[in-house]
Amino acid sequence: MARKAITGNGAIALALKQVEPDVMAAYPITPQTEIAQNYAQFVASGDVVTEYIAVESEHSAMSAAIGSAAAGARTITATSSQGFALMWEMLFIAASLRLPITMPVITRALSGPINIHCDHSDSMGGRDCGWIQLYGEDAQEGYDNAIQAFRIAEHMDVRLPVMTMIDGFIISGAIGPVETLDDEQVKEFVGDYVAVNALLNVEKPVTVGAFDSLGGWYFEHKVTQNRAMENAMDVIEEVGREFGELFGREYAHFKTHEIEDADIVLVAIGSAAGNVKTVVKKLRAEGKKVGVLKVRTFRPFPTEQIREALSGAKVIGVMDRSDSFGAQGGPLFTEISSAMYGADAHPQIFNFIYGLGGRDLFPDDIEGAVQMLEKAAAGEPVAQQRHYLNVREG
Amino acid sequence: MSKSAKTKKDKWDISDVQNWGPGRHEMGATIPESGNADDYETGGWRSERPVRDREKCNDCMICYFACPDSSIRVENDKMVDIDLEHCKGCGICAQVCPRDAIEMMNEIKACKLEEK
Repeated sequence: MARKAITGNGAIALALKQVEPDVMAAYPITPQTEIAQNYAQFVASGDVVTEYIAVESEHSAMSAAIGSAAAGARTITATSSQGFALMWEMLFIAASLRLPITMPVITRALSGPINIHCDHSDSMGGRDCGWIQLYGEDAQEGYDNAIQAFRIAEHMDVRLPVMTMIDGFIISGAIGPVETLDDEQVKEFVGDYVAVNALLNVEKPVTVGAFDSLGGWYFEHKVTQNRAMENAMDVIEEVGREFGELFGREYAHFKTHEIEDADIVLVAIGSAAGNVKTVVKKLRAEGKKVGVLKVRTFRPFPTEQIREALSGAKVIGVMDRSDSFGAQGGPLFTEISSAMYGADAHPQIFNFIYGLGGRDLFPDDIEGAVQMLEKAAAGEPVAQQRHYLNVREG
Repeated sequence: MSKSAKTKKDKWDISDVQNWGPGRHEMGATIPESGNADDYETGGWRSERPVRDREKCNDCMICYFACPDSSIRVENDKMVDIDLEHCKGCGICAQVCPRDAIEMMNEIKACKLEEK
């Protein structure tokens, strides 16, 4: 193990290098570029024996990854924003063919207007494409999640593709401290790849991607896919626990800070969770009963565990770094609201949209949100509309 | 249905597939065996069928190699007939035949002739 000063992208590229998959099919896009570039360099330098497929677009990247994984190879790619959007139709195919591809997603806004900075419009837009989604707060979590993704995806009860997110620029481009593992530790942790129904296995020829017509079994296959998602719920926890036992950093579906006696809980995902934690510490010092819940697993969504964790809160503020136009609120808000509907006590839940297109989130913005939640907790009327943090009014 | 004899030992048993729930299917909707088109009639949507003139044909086998559905039946180096359960009527055989021994005939007309 070593402690390195490294960018989020650099940490993830290193994790991928240490796993050394059979195939990487990728197309560079800001702010993911450093991953594709670093990995191509590892291949060119002979540090890894991975077959690097330099494709002509992200649609081709995901198509090549699907072909490679179906052939029986451990396969990766990485993307951001418009590239993610261009992969769209192939993402569903990777998941429905049950191919354990892993993909770091360096989150970035979707056009338009054209914007290269961070928000979660890309990955949140893909929340229903059948991929497992893990969100990291910092470079360390990006590195650790990228490694664990292989174990989760390739588990025989799961066999689903996994995407691991870090925030574009804020984490991907910023240099921070990362505890890295040794190559042997990573290789031993992920283990050897076992292909299922590999197309290149001439001993057992198979057909992948056949047509399923009316009167067929499309419906049954979709149910199977969701069962795999349910299985992933336990597998993600098992893998996170084992990672903790071996390397000292344990992972669960989410992480809480000071929520046990909290009247007000902020729910955050991605790098903003760090900002919120800083503010919560300050407010706690002032005697305010505030806590934070940081979501790591968004798909499958850990409904029951989150419901239980938030059951003591009077007021919940859900922070979304993407909007869902015309919906009741951002993607995280609607998930949390649905989860809490099944709770015995019904806390008030408010939605805060922040950070679109890379807009800064300042501690004052978070404190302003908490003040609004305090009003609600005191019984004062607070509008149920979306509340935007650090947006220009007028 | 004229099935060629299956020599495979472990044929995928899908005899009760109509009753299969989510737990019974192969992961990812994969078909875990090859060559099972033999078990199905896939020529049902043909609009034209190839009709071979035995007098003109000299069994050169060009149509055999050109057919994308392996529907030219050959026995003892002779083209015996066309497997109409799998022929989709693409007309490639008629195109490549150097002796114009294969004619594409309207499927409905061919069926009516057959009935007579």
